[in-house]
Amino acid sequence: MGWLRSLTRFWAIASKEIKQLARDRLTLAMIIGVPLLEITLFGYAINTDVRQLEAAVADQANTTASRELVRSAEATQVIRVIETVAGPVELKRQLDAGRIDVGIFIPPDFERRLQDLERPAAQLLINGSDPIIANIARQLVRLPAPFTAADRSPAVLEARNYYNPEERTEVQIVPGLIGVILNLTMVLFTAIAIVRERERGNLELLIATPVQRGELILGKIFPYIIIGMIQMNIILFVGTWLFDVPLRGSIWDLYVAAAFFVIATLALGITISTMAKTQFQAMQLTVFTFLPSILLSGFMFPFEGMPEPAQYIGEVLPLTHFVRLTRGIVLRGSELNQLLPELFALTAFSVVMVTIAILRFRKRLD
Amino acid sequence: MSSSDIAIKADNLTRRFGPITAVDGLSLSIEKAQVYGFLGPNGSGKSTAIRMLCGLLKPTAGTVSVLGFELPEQADAVRSRIGYMTQEFSLYEDMTVLENLRFLSTIYALPRQQRRERVEQALETYDLRDLQHQFSGTMSGGQRQRLALAAATLHQPELLILDEPTSGVDPQSRRDFWDRLFDLVGHGTTVLLSTHYLDEAERCHQLAILNEGQLVAEGAPAELMNTLDAQVVEIDTSEALKVRHELSQHDQVQSVAQLGTRLHALLDNDIDDPVAEVTRWLKDCDDDIEVSAVSANLEDVFVAATENRQQLEPET
Repeated sequence: MGWLRSLTRFWAIASKEIKQLARDRLTLAMIIGVPLLEITLFGYAINTDVRQLEAAVADQANTTASRELVRSAEATQVIRVIETVAGPVELKRQLDAGRIDVGIFIPPDFERRLQDLERPAAQLLINGSDPIIANIARQLVRLPAPFTAADRSPAVLEARNYYNPEERTEVQIVPGLIGVILNLTMVLFTAIAIVRERERGNLELLIATPVQRGELILGKIFPYIIIGMIQMNIILFVGTWLFDVPLRGSIWDLYVAAAFFVIATLALGITISTMAKTQFQAMQLTVFTFLPSILLSGFMFPFEGMPEPAQYIGEVLPLTHFVRLTRGIVLRGSELNQLLPELFALTAFSVVMVTIAILRFRKRLD
Repeated sequence: MSSSDIAIKADNLTRRFGPITAVDGLSLSIEKAQVYGFLGPNGSGKSTAIRMLCGLLKPTAGTVSVLGFELPEQADAVRSRIGYMTQEFSLYEDMTVLENLRFLSTIYALPRQQRRERVEQALETYDLRDLQHQFSGTMSGGQRQRLALAAATLHQPELLILDEPTSGVDPQSRRDFWDRLFDLVGHGTTVLLSTHYLDEAERCHQLAILNEGQLVAEGAPAELMNTLDAQVVEIDTSEALKVRHELSQHDQVQSVAQLGTRLHALLDNDIDDPVAEVTRWLKDCDDDIEVSAVSANLEDVFVAATENRQQLEPET
């Protein structure tokens, strides 16, 4: 009988929460609006494919080969030549003034240098103050190689890109973005959940009833699992439709992975909720956990490139494991049983967090 | 009186918040099936005491047993046997009357059939039938109070604890509210409530006057009025300000409270003829003065109990 009562009370809390959510238009709008807005913004704005850098050319050779070099540099769309100048001094001046990011200097003896494999034939002047621009522009250095023999095909160096041959950033971003968006909204919603009842005075009544801590906390989490899955569908739909992201693995695997992740983030949120005194504090704490999640999860920067301590922190964050899961399922077509360690990590995180939340939550006002 | 007739027993109950002692060595015992009132000014520790008696706050020192269960250890057993009405309205404002009642009946884990019956019964008893589909946030103070009481009694608790249940409620609703409380008491429920209305305090079977966290007087209201350690004179005057000032010069005057054009002065018992004495004191203040001896009312009791510590501040 005891467990039946528990189930009854759990369901009372959960259905009350759903009823309130359905009436809260702002929150309802956020459930749909936040993922839509974020995926559109992130998808378009986080774009590390730099294109159309403004460039100037000083072509002192002015031969067929030199003009060919400029044309093919432009053909990459990495640069867009906006100006032709006399020599390296003018290029430098334009760089200094910030009017161009890239300058191409072709010396008068370009043809002769081309034959000489020991010496570079032309020079690339790069605005190194922006690391991403510098990185991208430096790729142009590979350009001259094919021109030693213009008709030679395939090229001397062939690069092959797996999983994202078009090198479109959206494809890499969207799977991780599912996690980032869920992370933000799920933690925030639940972080506010208990604090709101405290602020509105409902909690004082509720804790004077026989409702148990676990019933209250699990009942509060439950509706958001559904919301999390709705949000994931929105992101997935927009991702495939707007950004043409392929789903190479099974969608059911993705759902399972998302469910594990949603529970982990909700557990984190509810733990925050037991610590914060006001809704404002709950939001601050949410941001406090959100930033490391974005920065250290491998979503923004390659995980392997981070210093070891940062990797340890990253391993603790649910987003890290979910980014690995989604990238695996969506881009590489992995199956869940190849990614079990990530699921275990998420489960462990959830269990620890819910336990902390239940232990921290006292049915008292002090 | 056997221990099974006692609903609440507190012994030396103390609660400190940092440097502030909100409740200081409170000892009391509350009999079953009566209305027990906490009377005290704001900040006297009424709410803190009530919260400790519900198990919502842990005492810094002292012991509480409620319905035979020790707090805070057996708080869960107590919670299903008490109904608690918070000072602020604490039901869900974005849910209707019916939804709130159904929610709480489920939280109390009543059997399904009983849940429906009790909610129906509550709608009837507390005149909420016509309001059942109204959001509780849009209701008046009196309507909210009825809903809160309905919600607190859904599970038919043995003990009802009400923290200033009638603040912000019109007089008619307050009267109805008290009728309902006495109905419940008639069915064997024990009621503990706090108030700062004297007329309400007078309706309680037993009254405890709290001041600055301490119990300064306890007993039935009539008994408190009869055994007041002071004589009361009523002074009818048009020069109230002057009279008050004059009276405050005398050490034998414990306090003076004004009721319209009349003043109530509490005098030490060692004055033999208080009317003559006061008339003599006031002969220079007002020619047209009337002094008479009256029996103490509850306000006099309250003033005497609370003003021993805060000298001659006008009571609000």
